[in-house]
Amino acid sequence: MLEIKNLHARIADGREILKGVDLEVKAGAVHAIMGPNGSGKSTLAGVLTGKPGYEVTQGQVLYQGSDLLALAPDARARAGVFLAFQYPVEIPGVNNMYFLRAALNATRKQRGEPELDAGQFLKAVRAKLKLLEIGEDLLQRGVNVGFSGGEKKRNEIFQMAMLEPKLAILDETDSGLDIDALQTVAKGINALRGPERAVLLITHYQRLLEHVVPDRIHVLAGGRIVKSGGKELAAELEKTGYAAFGDAA
Amino acid sequence: MSSDTSDVAKLGALREGYKYGFVTDIDSDSAPPGLNDDTVRYISAKKHEPQWLLDWRLDAFHHWQTMENPHWAKLRVAPIDYQAATYYSAPKRANAPKSLDEVDPEILQTYEKLGIPLHERAALAGVAVDAVFDSVSVATTFKKTLGDLGIIFCSFGEAVREHPELVRKYLGSVVPQGDNFFAALNSAVFSDGSFVYVPKGLRCPMELSTYFRINAAKTGQFERTLIVADQGSYVSYLEGCTAPQRDENQLHAAVVELVALEDAQIKYSTVQNWYPGDAEGKGGIYNFVTKRGACRGARAKISWTQVETGSAITWKYPSCILEGDDSVGEFYSVAITNNYQQADTGTKMIHLGKNTRSTIISKGISAGRGQNTYRGLVRMQPKAQNARNYTQCDSLLIGDKCGAHTVPYIETRNPTARVEHEATTSKISDDQLFYCQSRGLSKEDALSLIVNGFCKAVLKELPMEFAVEAQKLLAVSLEGSVG
Repeated sequence: MLEIKNLHARIADGREILKGVDLEVKAGAVHAIMGPNGSGKSTLAGVLTGKPGYEVTQGQVLYQGSDLLALAPDARARAGVFLAFQYPVEIPGVNNMYFLRAALNATRKQRGEPELDAGQFLKAVRAKLKLLEIGEDLLQRGVNVGFSGGEKKRNEIFQMAMLEPKLAILDETDSGLDIDALQTVAKGINALRGPERAVLLITHYQRLLEHVVPDRIHVLAGGRIVKSGGKELAAELEKTGYAAFGDAA
Repeated sequence: MSSDTSDVAKLGALREGYKYGFVTDIDSDSAPPGLNDDTVRYISAKKHEPQWLLDWRLDAFHHWQTMENPHWAKLRVAPIDYQAATYYSAPKRANAPKSLDEVDPEILQTYEKLGIPLHERAALAGVAVDAVFDSVSVATTFKKTLGDLGIIFCSFGEAVREHPELVRKYLGSVVPQGDNFFAALNSAVFSDGSFVYVPKGLRCPMELSTYFRINAAKTGQFERTLIVADQGSYVSYLEGCTAPQRDENQLHAAVVELVALEDAQIKYSTVQNWYPGDAEGKGGIYNFVTKRGACRGARAKISWTQVETGSAITWKYPSCILEGDDSVGEFYSVAITNNYQQADTGTKMIHLGKNTRSTIISKGISAGRGQNTYRGLVRMQPKAQNARNYTQCDSLLIGDKCGAHTVPYIETRNPTARVEHEATTSKISDDQLFYCQSRGLSKEDALSLIVNGFCKAVLKELPMEFAVEAQKLLAVSLEGSVG
């Protein structure tokens, strides 16, 4: 599904943030990327989804066997790559539901599927809302406008559930959530798991991993993956912290 | 991230072609260029006008000669040579066609290209259309349907002939001849326009609409619109404008007067898409327009909604004079300036009567090197007990070479009056664009979505069909403003 080979990337001021990341995620797998603040976790998510402001200087990323970095951000999204934002932005005046329908239909069009009309869309929406315990009023508000931190994160997972991506990248989706919201979000992620999909969980804490159990855990520090292991690695990190991984911690 | 590398700042700003820039090849009957008493007489004679109207025009012209081009707006205007322009141009065969069959097929085709259905199939849309081509009105649809109800909807020229008493009573009663430089010029040389009269207690059953088209080169368009809503009546009026793409600037100086009597309501909507000039700022229409409505009776209401996307320069302040007690004035505006376009637009709300209320919602969008100014006056006169105004001015910037300015004037001479003013300025961020893109929307769709969201409070005031057109127009107007 996703192959990252020797990926180097820098930001506009020239600082290199990713210094040779190697990672392979197979279809059906859930991988977690953990690491201290400033280790390059969000940069990795940004580079994979085409966020402006990063420059890839070396290496490559293959998605379903083809060059992901050659695609514009919207083309990546329509090809099935999804990013759940750490800080979702507000878009005033744009109805949340209208936004989601436009997004969904853009993707369906790409796949050669017919666009959903308002009725069909609403039906699909209701099923997912129930799963994520989201009130319908959220749909009628402006995109993320005046949402609480928890609502924003739930809305991201809700969008993911509707768009059904092949590769979902979740950037610190657990940060700022209370335990109830965390469980709901976890439920949404688990519902998406399947043999056709892959999930990349980016997190600072291991508590999300108690609810969404990953197949592999990688530690990103100083712009490189310094350690990989099974789910038990989370508990180990909880004990030792990231200090063991050098100056980047 | 420096803003120079940002997507929003990449201002290629090449308009994907102004769709309406074609020229229709027809013979026209034009006045010789230049402006003097004889020009005014020529126009009046061409239109077979009565003596009183010729005198009225000459008065205006003599007044205009004593006036100076206004300089208070935040606009850079190249000097206009009023002697070089042509003040009257009419398609040759179009002199008062009796029915659509008599209208020059070339002109009908032009309107076809503009997407304006002149034929009765407009029935489906429920819109009655008056089309003004250069200086004369070429066709008015649905005249009979409306006429049976007692509603008058015709060209201005026809109104002068058929309903002189109404025209004489109301012409210049809201915008006097010498009101301002451009209104005086218009009063002297106005060629045609629309006239509407809705009788007492009647609700006009369809939207009335005028499409203005400047075709001939080096020609100014000076149309005059007068709408009178008698007691307790209601009318919704739409106005659309386009012009061919030409390298020189063309002048458009219109006057619109609205009169709402007791309990009457007028809703006036404009989608202005005159040719804006090219990406380097060459050519485009100078749109210097005076629009004003008077709420003459108690509980009258006048509502202006405008979407201004075209013109090289827009100078326009649709206003309300709230004379009647409890009368209401509204102004909803979206103005876009891209490339080198300049807009200085806003409104005046003059509160005279008790408990009068006004609402102003203005959304300015600047992209490229566009300059956008909101200029508005709210005046509470001594007798305006308990009058209220609410003003909201929001500016949206796309890129870092454009400008937005807000200039509110507030004058209160009554201690019980209440005036509220809110203003915001925001910038479309790369983060917003990226967020939309990461959900599969193209950059153009993302921009259009964000801009439409920003304008929502205004767009929802437009009649449904116009709103759809306006949304598309917003997207087209901003083409090329993101990289």
